[in-house]
Amino acid sequence: MKKSHILVLIVIAAAIGIIVTTAGDASTYVDFEQAFAMSTSGNNKEIHVVGELKKDTQGNIIGIEEGEDRVSFSFIMIDDKGKEQKVSYNQPVPADFTRSEKVVVVGSYDDENFKASKILLKCPSKYQEEQELNV
Amino acid sequence: MHYFVGDLGHLFVITSFITSLVTAFAYYKATTVDDLGKKTEWLKNGKTGFYLHAATVLGICVTLYIIIGNHYFEYHYAYNYSDLKLPVYYLISTFWNGQEGSFMLWMFWQAILGIIVIQTNKFWEAPVMAVFATVQAFLASMILGVVIPGLELKIGSSPFILLRDAMPNAPIFAAQPEFVPKDGNGLNPLLQNYWMVIHPPTLFLGFATTLVPFSFCIAGLWLKKYRDWVRPALPWALFSGAILGLGILMGGYWAYETLNFGGYWNWDPVENAVYVPWIVLIAAIHTMITYKNSETALKASIILVISVFVLILYSTFLTRSGILGTSSVHSFTDLGLSGQLLLYLLFFLVMAIVLAVVRWKEIPSTEKEASVYSREFWIFVGALTLCLMGFQVLMPTSIPVWNKIVGFVGIQGNFAPPADQISFYSRIQLWFAVAVGILSGMGQFFWWKNVDQEKIKKELLPPALIALVLFALVITLGKVYDASYILLTLAGVFTIVANSTILISLLRSSPGLAGGAVAHIGIGMMLIGIMFSSGYSKVVSLNNTGRMISQELSKEFNRDNLFLSINEPRKMWGFEIEYLGERLEPRYHAGFIRKSDVVETGDKDAVVAKVDLTVEGKTYKAKDTVDIRGENTYFEIQLRKGENTYSLFPRAQINFEMGTGGLLASPDIYRTVSADLYTHVSSVMRPTTEEEWSKLEEVKVKLGQEFFANDYVTILESVERVLEVDDVELSSDDVAVKAKIRVQGEHGDYFAAPIFLIKNKLVGRIPDEINDLGLRLVLMNIHPETGEFTVGMRTRQKDFVVIKALEKPFINVLWIGTLVLLAGFGIAMTRRIREFRKMKEKGQEVV
Repeated sequence: MKKSHILVLIVIAAAIGIIVTTAGDASTYVDFEQAFAMSTSGNNKEIHVVGELKKDTQGNIIGIEEGEDRVSFSFIMIDDKGKEQKVSYNQPVPADFTRSEKVVVVGSYDDENFKASKILLKCPSKYQEEQELNV
Repeated sequence: MHYFVGDLGHLFVITSFITSLVTAFAYYKATTVDDLGKKTEWLKNGKTGFYLHAATVLGICVTLYIIIGNHYFEYHYAYNYSDLKLPVYYLISTFWNGQEGSFMLWMFWQAILGIIVIQTNKFWEAPVMAVFATVQAFLASMILGVVIPGLELKIGSSPFILLRDAMPNAPIFAAQPEFVPKDGNGLNPLLQNYWMVIHPPTLFLGFATTLVPFSFCIAGLWLKKYRDWVRPALPWALFSGAILGLGILMGGYWAYETLNFGGYWNWDPVENAVYVPWIVLIAAIHTMITYKNSETALKASIILVISVFVLILYSTFLTRSGILGTSSVHSFTDLGLSGQLLLYLLFFLVMAIVLAVVRWKEIPSTEKEASVYSREFWIFVGALTLCLMGFQVLMPTSIPVWNKIVGFVGIQGNFAPPADQISFYSRIQLWFAVAVGILSGMGQFFWWKNVDQEKIKKELLPPALIALVLFALVITLGKVYDASYILLTLAGVFTIVANSTILISLLRSSPGLAGGAVAHIGIGMMLIGIMFSSGYSKVVSLNNTGRMISQELSKEFNRDNLFLSINEPRKMWGFEIEYLGERLEPRYHAGFIRKSDVVETGDKDAVVAKVDLTVEGKTYKAKDTVDIRGENTYFEIQLRKGENTYSLFPRAQINFEMGTGGLLASPDIYRTVSADLYTHVSSVMRPTTEEEWSKLEEVKVKLGQEFFANDYVTILESVERVLEVDDVELSSDDVAVKAKIRVQGEHGDYFAAPIFLIKNKLVGRIPDEINDLGLRLVLMNIHPETGEFTVGMRTRQKDFVVIKALEKPFINVLWIGTLVLLAGFGIAMTRRIREFRKMKEKGQEVV
């Protein structure tokens, strides 16, 4: 076998290895029900849940509770299937949190409570944004 | 309303789009036409077209700046990203706060690069500029903002759009179409940082420069001059590698100084999206250099140079199309350009692949197998390693794209990126880094020493021995015990020693060729710096009081954070550390103001001085208004060791949006030779809630008499009649007196001036507060018969701050390594430019 063939084989092996680790370590998008099922069956891998913040009929966000000393907070999130869930986060409220149109939480269930280790926000396109103007 | 300037800007955008198309066509003709006369004509057309295009691009930038600089808030761009208080340099960074502006910046750089190519390279002008102009057309289309009638298809998003067109649903515009807001929304405070003034232009210059080697490569394939494009492309590739690398590192440095995740690199998709093209660009530079010397690796060079540019387009697509929306902490706004961006990416991807495939058979390649002892072999292995390194980052970063792709065949993809990105990427990239360290040491040896099987031991033994000794020293002194870190250190030390050996021998013979050795020394230093500063970063703000900060918070928080009450020294990192109080930042000059010395006003950006103040040479009299940056609060923390004192000013931006007061902390860094002390606040007193004040306590004192208030020695210095009291109208029958009370704090005096007044025969008392000390003083009563006064006091918990501090060992090795790497690029680039000039002077620029 020529050296170049060996090299090619090594590269292919490495590439496959990379793809396998990517697939193996990739998290998944699930809803709260699936996430809960995973945690009760002992799977504590962190997953992603996509949803929205709970709003009242006027469109005001409700359910945000700040922890003592401002370094943590919890909020109520509704996933795509419509299930409500209290999510707690060990960091301060991120900027633009209340303006986000979609929220992604990365984390896992701790008993009944969903603990987020990271929160990603999707903000509305600025052209649809209904912000108040500085009059 | 200033309609003209916006219309002019829009006209410039449309003209720039059309001129780029015309230029592309003219240069295409100039490349393909055989007739020499016609060729010159087309060349002239192309050149004029491009200069015109460059002028309109400049015009776009100038008009947008006029809108921002003159605060025309009727324009969406000025309104959304600037305000009246921004200083000029931040008005400039307003430019790239919006996506449209960053496309402009990109076009601007490419226009300049295009002019340089036209000026320096006659032979390659036509085909290279044809590619350039096509790219410019795609970019101009992104900011075109034109709706094709009939199709209702909107092309591009214009930066010159009026606010009322951007927000058609805002009720105010229905009532008053001519409405112009008084002030803008302002620039994101996190971006009000000097790095954000220079980081984006550098990064976009990096993006723009990758176009040059790509264009030369395409031109080479097009003209069938397969060998000749490498020489003019190489200095540009080196320049690009340096600038893109610099841009990435500036971003990392900004994150280190401004954000509080405690590091400089987060493996966020946005960071990955520039990291991957840069790594591949470095691989491309290596294969191009190999080709220049030994006629091998030409095909690899072509593939890599094309990949770099396509990856830049891909990263633009990733970060701007909104596809990362649910996988990145950066919240991207989708301007509706995803279709256009995809088209941009696919056009060049398909064009380059088709061209390469058509020409593939004709591209010369060597049949000879490279020997294991040849330099080509080692460099090629190095380039492969770099590519795999990029691939490992690219795959997971693209997960949202994979989901979309399987979505097209009807499968619901629910893969998400790894939950813990930092450990996921670092764990694997570390091993690649080990390989890169070893290969860059070995490769350089093979390159310069022409070693063969016999000589290899003799040549490699001395540096290997020196490396081992140094390595043992570093491991012992730095207490590195983790296996993977030990290997990384070994790889880093080895490449530094091996390249230093090469550098020394080169400095004797030909210092101009030392670029590679210098750059690789830089890489070795960076590896070691990253290993220590990230791998051995440790929390030093350990709670050593034995008391919990708060029951409600996690165990980790209580363990890793230090609670500092004002003026109560604690020990940390071998220093005596003390919190001295809240500070405000003057808007228009340097320095800090004690918050206790000023009174807040209705405007968050203005305060009134209580006493005479001197801040960095600027003096304010009592009652003067001081302009401040209202969004920023600083916390002065003093470090003392022996005679030395040093003050840290970590910052917090407290966000009152909708009642949820988030705290956005930025660190302050105390730099020493061997380590950085990285400190940020993790919790502060809540100014929003009603504080709990103690019961009123009264003392009867004479003038000049000392008493205790919240344990501080306090003196009633004077009581004087005043004729004016703010906000209260006094008639001739009314009486008002103001007391001056001095409180001796641990570090200097504080003053309070409570007022006692009788208005319409009713008693009124206006208390005064000393924030830092948690003290509220009231003049309760006056007893003229005994010459005494009753002073009332209420106290609350003293001001406090909770901090977290990290030690970042040897982080300076990383920063110095970065500079060394850039210096290496600089030396190599100078050499290649000289080489190119020499050939050009001989009239051999083609060869």
